[in-house]
Formats: sequence, structure tokens, C-alpha cells
Amino acid sequence: MSVTTMPERPPVTPEHAVFLLREMLRIRRFEEKAAEMYSLGKIHGFLHLYIGEEATGVGSMQAFTPDDAIVATYREHGHALARGMPARVLMAEMYGKVTGCSHGHGGSMHFFDTNRRFYGGYAIVGGGLPIAIGLALADQMQNRQAITACYFGDGAVAEGEFHESLNLAALWKLPVVFLCENNLYAMGTALERHQAQTDISRKAAVYGLSASAVDGMDVLAVEAATREAAASVRGGKGPYLLELRTYRFRAHSMADPDLYRTKEEIAEWKKRDPIVLFQNRLRESGMLTDEIVARIEAEVGDEIGQAVQFAEESPREPVEDLLKEVGGQNRS
Amino acid sequence: MSRTITLIEAVNEALSQEMERDDRVFLLGEDIGLSGGVFKATDGLLAKFGQERVLDTPLAEGAIIAAAIGSSMVGWRPVAEIQFADFITPATDQIIQQASKLRYRSAGGFTCPITIRVCCGGGGGSGLYHSQENAAWFAHEPGLKIVMPSTAYDAKGMLLAAIRDPDPVIFFEHKRLYRTVKDEVPEGDYTVPIGPAAVRREGRDLTILTYGSLTQPSLNAAADLSARNIEAEVIEIRTLAPLDKETILHSVRKTSKVLIVHEDKRTMGIGAELAAIVSEEAFEDLDGPIVRVTGPDVPAIPFAPPLDKAWQVDTHMIVAAAEKLAAY
Repeated sequence: MSVTTMPERPPVTPEHAVFLLREMLRIRRFEEKAAEMYSLGKIHGFLHLYIGEEATGVGSMQAFTPDDAIVATYREHGHALARGMPARVLMAEMYGKVTGCSHGHGGSMHFFDTNRRFYGGYAIVGGGLPIAIGLALADQMQNRQAITACYFGDGAVAEGEFHESLNLAALWKLPVVFLCENNLYAMGTALERHQAQTDISRKAAVYGLSASAVDGMDVLAVEAATREAAASVRGGKGPYLLELRTYRFRAHSMADPDLYRTKEEIAEWKKRDPIVLFQNRLRESGMLTDEIVARIEAEVGDEIGQAVQFAEESPREPVEDLLKEVGGQNRS
Repeated sequence: MSRTITLIEAVNEALSQEMERDDRVFLLGEDIGLSGGVFKATDGLLAKFGQERVLDTPLAEGAIIAAAIGSSMVGWRPVAEIQFADFITPATDQIIQQASKLRYRSAGGFTCPITIRVCCGGGGGSGLYHSQENAAWFAHEPGLKIVMPSTAYDAKGMLLAAIRDPDPVIFFEHKRLYRTVKDEVPEGDYTVPIGPAAVRREGRDLTILTYGSLTQPSLNAAADLSARNIEAEVIEIRTLAPLDKETILHSVRKTSKVLIVHEDKRTMGIGAELAAIVSEEAFEDLDGPIVRVTGPDVPAIPFAPPLDKAWQVDTHMIVAAAEKLAAY
């Protein structure tokens, strides 16, 4: 499967280009701040950073409308921000505050937003894939035009649920765009050490899905490829598997010593930092100036600063909430 | 108007009537459409409601339950069938990790109104992987409701209650009861609430706590015991989660003796939880040990008829245990 390199990019307006850059910077700065707060003990538990992968979430999210459903992964800060969830409710959730999107029940890996059809981060790898089938089935039964965007990593394709989901989506011609963010590592296990077929997009063929792969460090290429995939799905051609080839610059989580890959490899990939690459291109084409960058950085800095302040000042989730929303069984 | 129908006919009727009443209800599962289900629980529903509401699925239990979960998050009322309780394991990830926790981890943002119909139970010579009664696996998980009716009346009323419930309900149908149980069932709409246990027979000398396939043998045992001047109260725990503590404890306070009877294995089972509740909350009222009569701790129900029979709890075992307990 050839990678779409997009040598002839569709025209992009300066406004849209700056918007994309700004979205990627929001995610980068949000996560840098989250890492800082984690180091200060303000955020606890596990924290999985998306840094390096911003172009995949930001580029792809442009192809989805507010009516579409989003299913994300446990590395979902970027998806949530790109979907429009306010940074402050995400930061508060990571702080375990009651003002967080899941009232502090979930933390970093479990963002939800009913209003934005954001159906969750999933800390069980692969768990969200068949749930996306249900969402798409429901939309199809309701004759809604909505489609479901289902994000997952390369590690999830080893799970049986990946295969069950692709089969069902194709069998029932469900409107799903499967987006595999292939960052080459299932936690600490390299792709070639966990997959017999390392070309993930090829796995779609046996189920009869359309598929393609794209350079996940190129935000415009990701956007164009996802728009194409989404258009195919909206056009009634059945589900689509899009592989976004990317790389995470940080360790798997804050607790990961990152011993399974070389510093040289990481340094090589950092030369293709999606934000730097995009900034350089925009400067070359005259769409970006130092003033614009400074303005974006200042605005993003304000937003993140306010998010931290909001999280800091928000009340802790009250212990009385321990049994709240358990549902099912009243055992007390 | 009511008439006498079998438990499986009651299940079929509940599904059919609820699908007529509520457009949001649809069914999915293996062989439930064209074949009408392995036990014919969904017989005729494909013809009546069409393939858009009766979905034959691949053999993919995880995806079946997940598809139900996903669609329920946007307002549908799916009823998924797990053909045999033994086959539920591929779906446990979705049931335990997703369905049971969805409300909690989204802080009430999403609920999960799914019903999972599970055909369970042994005693028919069906062997290792077509016989298990494994409700206890799921009773450990807050967020799930678990029911197991033993009458046709309850089967219809509780299935209707399950489908209308805002939370995930696992609805266990004992295959041996499907056609052996027949009782009066109203033709129209009614529900039997999830939660309350049923006092099936009143008595003063001891309390038998039971459910599912051993409800009737427990009642038979109670009749037998009565002839020997021992009056057993028989409580059917129709809902295994949440447990109806009030009815259980009320009875224990009256009789002071508790005999727990269930088909499933003993260790860490439903009976262990019932015993713990009684011990913690009615210790002062007890006048004898809490006794269990249960299936043995074998990994699965053996195929050979003598072993299959030896595995089953029967009326004689219940009578013997009750007599010994009553003599305390």
C-alpha cells in the first residue's frame, strides 16, 4: 500500500492553515503543561502523551462534522481538544476535579462529552472498536447521515476485536472510518515484533474495506486523506480503514523509561516534527510570520494557563460521590 | 386475560410485544433470525419485524455486546442473545469493562440500557461447554443487574422490565426450564420489577434461599419436609444483583435458620455472598450454621450420564440438608 505523500496539495487558505497550526500547538502546549503538572504531583496516575502525533488528530478531525460520532483511545487528549472540548474541563479531569468532563471519575484516559458526540477514551486497547460498530449501526438504523470516526493505535490491531469490527462493519456496510494511528510501538513492542503483516492498511483488503495510508506527520496530507475516506463512507461505499503513520516523541507514559528504542531513532523522527514541518512550509509560502506565531503562542499560552488555574481552583470530587452513578446495583 | 404458556413462549412474547410497543428495541445475536434461535426463543420475530430489527450476527460475542452498547449510547434498546452462557467469555471484556462501567466513568453522561439474554444451565447431558450457570461471574460487578426467572410469568414480566431498565441487565434463561415450566401468563403488558425476591412458600422453621432451576426442587423439598413436620420458607432470589436483602433478612429473623440452594459451583458463589449478608446483618437471629447445598467445584459439567446426574443438586439432597439443619 503506497503512502499518500500529497506532492500536489489542494489549496489551503491562510486562515485554515493558521487554524491547523494553532490546533496542533494547543495540543502540544496542553500536554507539555500536563507533563509539568504531573512532575509536580498535581496530576497522578498514568499519563500518556500524544506529542509528535498532533498532525494525525488535528488533520483527521477536520473531516468530521458535529453530527459525527468520535471514538478515541487512551492517548486521547489530542482528539478531545481537536473535537472542541474545552482545555479547562480536560485539565480538571486530569486533576481529578469535579469540574472535569467525567467529574474526576475517569482521569486522563477516559474523556467523554455527550454534547460533542465524543464517546470516550478507552483504556482497554481495542475496546472502543466494536462500540464504534454499535454507534454506526444506530446511526444507520436511524437513517442519520452521521458517520463514526474510530481511532486506535497499531497495538489494537493485534486484538480480536479489531478483526470482529472490520468484518461486521464491512458485512453490514456501516459508516465507519477506522483511523489507525500507527506510531510503530504497542507500548514497548515494536510493530515488527507484534505484527506478522506490518502494513496495517493491507489488513483491510481481506474484509473488503477500502483503505489507504498517509504520512501522519503532514497535517495537510492527513486532512486530505481523511476527507477522502470520510467522503467515501458518506457516499455509501462502506467502511474505510485509514492508516496514519506517525511517531510519538515521548515515552509511552510518564512512567515508561523508554528503553526499547534508540535515541538516534527518536532524534531522526523529531526532524519530522509535524508542527515544525508545517510552520516551515507556511513560512516558505508566506502565510506565516513571526508575529502570527507569537500571537498564536500567546493565545494558546493564555488558554492553557487558564485551564490550569481552573483545575487548580476547582473543588476535589467529593467523597460522597464514590457511589454516584454506579447504576445497576444499589449495594449499600 | 391470561393463559398457560411455557417459559420460552413467555420470552418470545415479551420480545415481540416490546418490539411492537417500542421502535427502539431491536435484537441481535447468533442464529436468532432465520433460524429463530437455537432454542427457538426468537422464532417468528424475523418474519414479523424484518432483518433491520432482528440481526443475525457472526460468531463474535464481543462485537455483539459492543454493538449493543454503542447503539444504546444513542438511544436504542438492544436485546442481545448469547446462545449459550458458556460462550459469553469473549464478551466479558465488553460486559465487565465497558457496559458495567460506562455510567460511572462518564459520571452519568452515558447510560447503557442493554439487555443480554443468556441461555444457561445444566442437567441435560449437554456437556462441558453447553451447560454452565455462570451468573456469579457477573454478580461481582457493580453496574450490572442480573436476573434469572423460574416461571413463565416472571420471564415475561422481568424481560419487559429489563428492556425498559436504564442500566445493563443480564437476563439468564435456564434451558431446562424453557419447556418444562408452564404457568399462567397475562396476554397483555406488565412488568415484574427487577430487585424484589419472591416468597414462594411461607414457613417457620427454616429459610431456603434459592433461584433458577432449583426453585421447583426446593418447593418439592419443602412439601416433603412439611410431611415430616418441618415448615420451610422458600424464597426465590429472582434478581441476583441487586440482592433483595430486606426480604431475605426478614425471613431469616423469622426462622433463624438458613439453607442456601443453587445449581452453580460452591466456592465464591452467589451462596457465599448470601451467607455473608446473613452473617453480617442477622447474626444475632441465627440459631444454626448457614448451610449451602450447591453444585460441586468441578470445572465444568461432565458429559457421561452418571457424572452429569451426580453433579446435579436434587430434592433429596435439599431435604437431607434441611432436616439436619432443622434439628439444630
